[in-house]
Amino acid sequence: MPLSIEEVQHIAALARLELSEAELARYRGQLSAILDHVAKLQELDTADIPPTASVIEGQSPLRDDIVLPSLETGRLLENSKHTGQDQFKIPPVFE
Amino acid sequence: MTELTELTITQALAALQAGDVTSRELTRAYLDRIEKLDARLHAFLHVDPGRALAQADEADRKRSAGDPAPLLGMPLAVKDVLTVEGMPCTCGSKILEGYVPPFTATAVRRLLEAGVVVLGKTNTDEFAMGSSTENSAYGVTHNPWDAARVPGGSSGGSAAAVAAELAPGALGTDTGGSIRQPSSFCGVTGLKPTYGRVSRYGLVAYGSSLDCPGPLAHNAEDAALLFSSMAGKDPLDATSVDVPAPEIRLSNGNLKGMTVGAPKEYFIKGIQAEVEAKVRAAIDQLADLGAEIVEISLPHTEYALPVYYLIAPAEASSNLARYDGIRYGPREAAESMWDVFYKTRGQRFGPEVERRIMLGTYALSAGYYDAYYGQAQKVRTLIKRDFEQAFEHVDVIACPVAPTTAFKIGAHGDDPLAMYLEDIFSLPANLAGIPGLSFPVGFDAQGLPVGMQLMGRHFHEAGLLQTAHIYQQATDWHLHRPALAD
Repeated sequence: MPLSIEEVQHIAALARLELSEAELARYRGQLSAILDHVAKLQELDTADIPPTASVIEGQSPLRDDIVLPSLETGRLLENSKHTGQDQFKIPPVFE
Repeated sequence: MTELTELTITQALAALQAGDVTSRELTRAYLDRIEKLDARLHAFLHVDPGRALAQADEADRKRSAGDPAPLLGMPLAVKDVLTVEGMPCTCGSKILEGYVPPFTATAVRRLLEAGVVVLGKTNTDEFAMGSSTENSAYGVTHNPWDAARVPGGSSGGSAAAVAAELAPGALGTDTGGSIRQPSSFCGVTGLKPTYGRVSRYGLVAYGSSLDCPGPLAHNAEDAALLFSSMAGKDPLDATSVDVPAPEIRLSNGNLKGMTVGAPKEYFIKGIQAEVEAKVRAAIDQLADLGAEIVEISLPHTEYALPVYYLIAPAEASSNLARYDGIRYGPREAAESMWDVFYKTRGQRFGPEVERRIMLGTYALSAGYYDAYYGQAQKVRTLIKRDFEQAFEHVDVIACPVAPTTAFKIGAHGDDPLAMYLEDIFSLPANLAGIPGLSFPVGFDAQGLPVGMQLMGRHFHEAGLLQTAHIYQQATDWHLHRPALAD
């Protein structure tokens, strides 16, 4: 079932993507075709099948809770032009 | 006289060890060849001759002081989704234009500790999403065997660099085939290790449960050398596995006692006839070398593509949420914070990345999660079980890497699904977390390389490399090089 243009707009908003009308229309067709293809998975009865949580079993131990060195703040700020007082500067979040 | 750039890593290391050549001479030779040929091929996004030569000089000093580092002075290219401190990292995206990472990926750091010299960063589909490098925001890489064709992707720059002898080896990453498929298209040997065997720290995340760094080289012996130096547990990647880094000693000989499975679902209608013929001939050769060949079935193979194109985009939509124009990359001007997000992301991500982010966002959104993402993770279990059952009977699985040889630039136009079908034989290994190796087994009528894939159990990289090595001792497909007129 093809996505509606409103659904595509909603997904774009959730994904924080500003898209033109032409892009929305193109993605509507392409995403609908891909969703048609992946609908094939519904053929399978998976009621008794556990989802894959990790491909390598038994291999997610927690590390010791100790403080280790990490990158200094200054280095992490180097890739933004909008910084001050050891922080990133952003436009207002609230109106 | 043999040009320095024709040497394999193994041969060049022997020459360095014997004092026949210095790392500076070797590095200079690759930099000169890049200078001469890369304007046409566009395998590299960034080359740093000064830094490379300084590293080479350092390696030469260390060697004369008796440093035993295994790859001391060996030039290497690095895919531009792996960070190297102080070297630009764009991931083929405009959203990371100008980003200079303050840290080095563990896989790269380990290779630097083993002595490599980083020549530069290679082209990739944007955030490794693609099968042709056509999705790079910085232009396509051309296949060294035919400049009108793609090198495959997403590690197309790395594969083209090795094939064209712009580097003796390269790092790539593989989320759904992105090392193996370009290796097949460019006639080189590429290894996707077991998930977790090589740290993902500093590999810019695409699909975190699938991503794997790995080596591309001229042959299995060289790939084994690079892989041994990259692998191992890393405290900076919680999913890295605590299995010791393998020391792989390849031996010559035969394949007696080995059972090779040929999965019938990988020899299907629609596959290019010459690809099937060359892969079947290579399997016959494995039999001539002593292996027992059995037909096997991996019954859920046809579901791998839909599973992958839900799980990978879902993970991508989450991972790529970090590109907000705040901390790195350019920021589009806007009055409000939200508009910074919308504009920066909308203007700077390319179409394939936007498609996958949207697909993943949809698959994870309220009301659709169980039907799409949840169902995909369950079917992933079935695909994983197919392999577990197969490996009760066979040591390795042999099959095509991709259904075709390198296609023409632009051939898939604006049809994402057609492009996704390029990955049908490579995705299953990522979904199951098992290792896969691609290596050349012949050429089609156009003179384009055909690759064969070997897959093995978790942590069985050595077995794959050993099998390919014995094949390469008996054949010369891996010795062919593209004719690149000066």
